[in-house]
Amino acid sequence: MGISNIIFIILFIGAVVWFAFNVKKIISNIQLGRKVDRSDNTGLRWKTMIKVALGQSKMTARPVAGLLHIVVYAGFVIINLEMLEIVIDGISGSHRVFEPLLGGLYSAFINVFELLALGVLIGCVIFFIRRNILRIPRFHKAEMKTWPKSDANIILVIEILLMTAFLTMNAADTNTSGNFLVSSGLKGFLPIDENSLYLIERSCWWFHILGVLGFLNYLPYSKHFHILLAFPATYYSNLLPKGQFTNMHAVTNEVKLMFDPNADPYAAAPEPDPNAEVVRFGAKEVNDLTWKNLMDSYSCTECGRCSSECPANQTGKLLSPRKIMMDTRDRLEEFGANKGVDDGKSLLHDYITTEELRACTTCNACTQACPINLDPLSIIMEMRRYLIMEESNAPQEWNGMATNIENNGAPWQFAQADRLNWATEE
Amino acid sequence: MSDIERIKVPTMAEMMAAGEIPEILFWVGCAGSFDDRAKKITKAIVKILHNAGVKFAVLGAEESCTGDPAKRAGNEFNFQMQAMMNIQVLDGYEIKKIVTGCPHCFNTLKNEYPELGGNYEVIHHTQLIQDLIKSEKLTLKGGGGFKGKKITFHDPCYLGRANDVYEAPRSAMEKLDAELVEMKRCKQNGLCCGAGGAQMFKEAEKGDKEINVERTGDAIDTQANIIATGCPFCNTMMTDGVKHFEKEAEVKVMDVAELIASAADL
Ligand code: SF4
Ligand code: SF4
Repeated sequence: MGISNIIFIILFIGAVVWFAFNVKKIISNIQLGRKVDRSDNTGLRWKTMIKVALGQSKMTARPVAGLLHIVVYAGFVIINLEMLEIVIDGISGSHRVFEPLLGGLYSAFINVFELLALGVLIGCVIFFIRRNILRIPRFHKAEMKTWPKSDANIILVIEILLMTAFLTMNAADTNTSGNFLVSSGLKGFLPIDENSLYLIERSCWWFHILGVLGFLNYLPYSKHFHILLAFPATYYSNLLPKGQFTNMHAVTNEVKLMFDPNADPYAAAPEPDPNAEVVRFGAKEVNDLTWKNLMDSYSCTECGRCSSECPANQTGKLLSPRKIMMDTRDRLEEFGANKGVDDGKSLLHDYITTEELRACTTCNACTQACPINLDPLSIIMEMRRYLIMEESNAPQEWNGMATNIENNGAPWQFAQADRLNWATEE
Repeated sequence: MSDIERIKVPTMAEMMAAGEIPEILFWVGCAGSFDDRAKKITKAIVKILHNAGVKFAVLGAEESCTGDPAKRAGNEFNFQMQAMMNIQVLDGYEIKKIVTGCPHCFNTLKNEYPELGGNYEVIHHTQLIQDLIKSEKLTLKGGGGFKGKKITFHDPCYLGRANDVYEAPRSAMEKLDAELVEMKRCKQNGLCCGAGGAQMFKEAEKGDKEINVERTGDAIDTQANIIATGCPFCNTMMTDGVKHFEKEAEVKVMDVAELIASAADL
């Protein structure tokens, strides 16, 4: 075992540990959310996950981006099989450990990997052009400034560099009998003397593995974490009709009491249970949302398909469902890091404003458009509930509407007794 | 529409008193009861029910708002109070099956009432019409005199995306001799009219355009003569949109029920 193997082992273990540490932090942040039961219907859940996350069935609603994304994703995942060999080589000091074992099949494998790498490379270049030169509008909305903007580009550049390194490494490798499909075409661009080639091959090898380990650790800080969270996010997606909003159980209990003919209206209020959690109606802070809402915020890839389909966003209102997801994640990171210490801020008002929440038509265009079934609408609804039920914060017209519904059973000021007048009037 | 008076619209209370049980309860909804434009849709639905020989009843003054707009605004108390009251009335009459004239009532009764104790089979009026035509209980006279006309259907969010009902309204209109054209955004991708989420009951937030204008633009792009809907609120929004474009002379906004009632010569 040489010094380079030892360095490799240290780096490898370090990268895995750091990654695990960050994942653990994310998991504990997600667990700050309220309970919601998504343990039912496992069959349909697996099916949804395989179709939507693995099969990317919703991506192709936009065919160009959808197909390119499938190429990049499939390529990226499959090429990572090659990582197995790289890691074994790195630890043991072997070189292409699978080549003698697989014989002719080895070339076939590498050829497939190389074709995929080329696909990923081309895909990422096109993505980069679409984003920065063609300037697809959804990538340049208000919430896509600073970090979110560079994040997307950093990922594309890393992928392009990784694929280039992989192909160059194969082209420069003189210690293989293989002559691979794509990289053989690169040979002409490389020097011919053995020493330079060896140097290039080693550099690319190190660059590739360090790049992959770096990328792994970049994920938890990035929207790119969706490549992992897309699976649980779709598995736990809402399987009920989109129009079915949750009924708040705390409210049901109170309303039932009011309807209970046996309840004594003059009885003293029951002693509040000192151990009972104070129920807050709706959501003001990230921990008033469900763990699924919080998982969604970490899964969001900031693609903006939700916002580009949102009627409010399209007509210039402040609301952007993508921003709702991004704000939830940003606040969750901050809230989690505070470890229970009040920083005087909250998701509602400091991140998401009343005006944004008020603009939603609850049309479900965002949940339909989201390629991984995320649900910005349920976050919006929880915050609307908080506004009205905890802060009595509603536009005047809505107060009037509520009074009318309460008093005359209709959102307008008509007498309930007149409900059948249409049947007899001209 | 004067012939509506010849149709007796029975209430549940009257039915019960006469010892009769209707096949289906027609849930009219607030817009259908009070909004002048929507009342015409209500009457069209009544004519269809009557003509197809469906034994139906309404709740009349015992009906109350389902609570949908309260719930979407965030006022869960207001909603659940309404739900509980309505469930008491519905269960008092042992209602089994409901047809609604509004996708919002449809969604709320169908999806949100069961957990609160109200379990009914709920359909939207376009689904009922589709069934009546299929089972030949309702026959259209020819194609309804829509020759050379184009109809485009605007999917109400609470019928379409919310409940995956896309085919019923379209298949109900299939027998009309008009050409059905789709807007560039339709079905799952249909754009909201702007009324949902209790927006109908307040001013829109600041923006650079009205949603109903954006949506009516889609409809006008199809060159349709008729914008068909299945929701009284969509109807209002699209009608205002047509006015915005000053196209009242060329483009009419009609409910599927009205188109079918007129084609059946009711
Ligand atoms: S549900 Fe609300 S946030 Fe989502 S697309 Fe519709 S208006 Fe926009
Ligand atoms: S919520 Fe879904 S559609 Fe919206 S930006 Fe995130 S991943 Fe894209």
